[in-house]
Amino acid sequence: MAFTLLVNGVEHKVEVASEASLLNVLRDDLGLTGAKYGCGEGQCGACTVLVDGSPVRSCRMQIGAAAGKKITTIEGLAADSSLHPVQQAFLELEAFQCGYCTPGMVMSAAALLRRIPQPRREQIITHMNGNVCRCGAYLRIIEAVQHAASSGKRTTHAAAS
Amino acid sequence: MRPRPDTEVQQHDAIERLHHTFEVHRRDFFKLLGAGLLVGTASIHVSTQESGAGRRSRPEMPENLDSWLHIGENGQVTVFTGKVEVGQNVRTSLAQQVAEELRVPLASVQMVMGDTELTPYDMGTFGSRTTPQMGMQLRKAAASARATLVKMAAEKWQVPESDLLAQDGRVREAKSGRAISYAELTQGQRLTKTIFEQPPVTGPEHWKIAGQPMSKINGRDFVTGAHKYTSDISLDGMLHGRVVRPSAFHAKLASCDTAQAGKIPGVTAVRDGDFLGVVAPDKITAERALAATRVQWDAPPQPSERELFSYLKTHTSEPEESERDQHVAGSVEQARPQAAKALRQTYTVAYIAHTPLEPRAAAAEWKDGKLTVWTGTQRPFAVRDELMSAFHIPRDSVRVIVPDTGSAYGGKHTGEVAVEAARLAKAAAKPVKLVWTREEEFTWAYFRPAGVIDISSGVKADGALLFWEYDNYNSGPAAIRTPYEVPNQRIAFHPSDTPLRQGSYRSLAAAANHFARESHMDELAHELKLDPLEFRLRNLKDERLRAVFQGAADKFGWGKRAGSPGRGLGIAGGFEKGGYVATCAEVAVNHEEVKVVRVVEAFDCGAVVNPQGLKNQISGAVVQGLGGALFEAIHFENGRILNPHLAEYRVPRFSDVPEIEVVLIDRKDQPSMGAGETPLTGIAPAVANAMFSAVGIRLRSLPLVPQGLPTRAA
Ligand code: FES
Ligand code: FES
Repeated sequence: MAFTLLVNGVEHKVEVASEASLLNVLRDDLGLTGAKYGCGEGQCGACTVLVDGSPVRSCRMQIGAAAGKKITTIEGLAADSSLHPVQQAFLELEAFQCGYCTPGMVMSAAALLRRIPQPRREQIITHMNGNVCRCGAYLRIIEAVQHAASSGKRTTHAAAS
Repeated sequence: MRPRPDTEVQQHDAIERLHHTFEVHRRDFFKLLGAGLLVGTASIHVSTQESGAGRRSRPEMPENLDSWLHIGENGQVTVFTGKVEVGQNVRTSLAQQVAEELRVPLASVQMVMGDTELTPYDMGTFGSRTTPQMGMQLRKAAASARATLVKMAAEKWQVPESDLLAQDGRVREAKSGRAISYAELTQGQRLTKTIFEQPPVTGPEHWKIAGQPMSKINGRDFVTGAHKYTSDISLDGMLHGRVVRPSAFHAKLASCDTAQAGKIPGVTAVRDGDFLGVVAPDKITAERALAATRVQWDAPPQPSERELFSYLKTHTSEPEESERDQHVAGSVEQARPQAAKALRQTYTVAYIAHTPLEPRAAAAEWKDGKLTVWTGTQRPFAVRDELMSAFHIPRDSVRVIVPDTGSAYGGKHTGEVAVEAARLAKAAAKPVKLVWTREEEFTWAYFRPAGVIDISSGVKADGALLFWEYDNYNSGPAAIRTPYEVPNQRIAFHPSDTPLRQGSYRSLAAAANHFARESHMDELAHELKLDPLEFRLRNLKDERLRAVFQGAADKFGWGKRAGSPGRGLGIAGGFEKGGYVATCAEVAVNHEEVKVVRVVEAFDCGAVVNPQGLKNQISGAVVQGLGGALFEAIHFENGRILNPHLAEYRVPRFSDVPEIEVVLIDRKDQPSMGAGETPLTGIAPAVANAMFSAVGIRLRSLPLVPQGLPTRAA
């Protein structure tokens, strides 16, 4: 079947089976391999992307449900060449080991900060609990999210003043 | 004790290994790199004999090594190592060491890793050996290169070498201030030098780049999603593969009908002996082809989980007469009657799964009779050999490339996914990518061995250990010896016939042996009404181990405050693979819910190469160890895994993670050792001991609380 997808601001027409997942289409048809396969069961969050601004496990979303919506992947998160504050914070705090969970973590965190710009620690934990980091970088990930939140605050203040 | 890091790999991995000769074919690659200075031995042939002869042969890393680094015309330094990057950040720490010795900025060092065609033979990335062995090897090569460059400058300028200094990618004359870059020195020359007998290696006390906290050198690629893991690879005309899995372990293919699958456009079905797989242009079609395949399997009856521990104890093979597996001192029998207190207990550990977030994956391509496979493995050269023997092709016809991988934890030593992808690619005559599903990863990978450990011990009235009798069934011999002073000991490892396929797991059996020993030490301390730390120190001479115990205890505030009802404190420690670890844990128990709230871990692995990377490794190991300590367990029945999904196999998540403080003991006077594994070994016993202090229940089985706190002692 033919579907039209709006990914990172670009329109794509794809011809795929209707049971194809958004994750597979992103990775295999559009070559956007930033979102990862970790379980295919909605249990690890490695495949997280934003659909209309909300975090979605792309392995569990059929392509039809994503068609016509605004999809943002890790590849489209950074504006131009500068990193998104969450990416920047992950890099600065080295909030990863093997990095396989990182794109999903970054997308989940970006979604959280969009909804709650200054989350409390418990809110971060609750919101991110569906994302697994098998290397166990959780504490630095929490710090990175807090760091991104406070740098976001600075930016907003700077913009306001 | 001589370290025999490969022992358990040989013991547990089902794969036959072959004798082989490594030959370097890198001419083409060097054409690409351009002319320059090549440091290596004169010999380009390196013979190695790997572990085919069984457990008693000690495979050595080849002493006579070929090229390790190249200095290009542009000053770029390319380093070659057969080690692989799986998240332990050795790409960074090895580059730091080369940059240090060569006196070049870190940014000018580029690491080529885990490519059987470009890098020297390497047995594999495991056993915490990268830092002590590869680190030192590269330091020697780089120090030799630096000395060679100085010599070249001295000859060029006709000045004594002693007037010259290598600095920041240049050789500089102190007096005149003139300088020449390495690139200028090596320009147009293609030199082959040997690694010096005694290279001028820089001592850790003088380190400027090594020894410093350093972030992952290619970290940006990971936060942008740009890094290509094996599972992200796309080759021209590539197809997707799936393997039809047997109904149970050890099942034989009774009958199969692939006619329906073969009719689906674009699908190739492959049957080769008991191997059955499909290839299709996309994943959905591959999935459909898989579903359309009609198969019957004959599976033999097999032991199930409920009988596991008695099975392991009754299906042992005779222990080997090796110093590591068997240890006797004094006489336990004569000492037994003299003990003021004696204790006999049994501890068990479950099979657990590595669960790397990137499941096994491979992309295989046959071109002009040559096979190239990209795959996430810890042993690229062993996988190359598996492919050689699977397809009966010469070594020259196989290349294995390992992109930085979505972790491994000891779980990716073997090459089954590479062989499967290559078989499918051969049948389809197109490149094929095969990524195991999470369920396949949970089922067809190998597990951390389950085991039973019996301990019988006795102490004198003053708290001195008198005898120590220790039998480990199946879990493994790593860290089986006790670091405490005991005059009478009998320690034995008994390999068993394992119901499930098992293999290495981060820290090997050190996790199980630390759990048993350090739990038992805690039990003895309570019997004697001694503080658990005090009891340990009374029986401990090893200064470095004492120091980590003290370091962890001080930071934790051990002895400053007692546990309270529902709140418990525990301590544990030990030594393995050159690393000394001590862990303190605080546990909160609320009704059935158990939460580890605070962990302090002290670690000493000699001179620290990258304190930041090391801290990350340690806290990561604590988190991973927490899973096996609290709730991870593989459930199985009659040859089938019952919980092959993340929904049923619980791994640590954000909400499980305690506050973790790491105390690094940087011993600049001691050689740098690895740290990927030993930091994992202290957490389970520290938590078990804290649980006892919280609620008075002694738990002797890992995982401790798979279903929350049991209502009575296990
Ligand atoms: S791959 Fe989608 S949640 Fe794991
Ligand atoms: S960094 Fe390896 S899974 Fe998170």
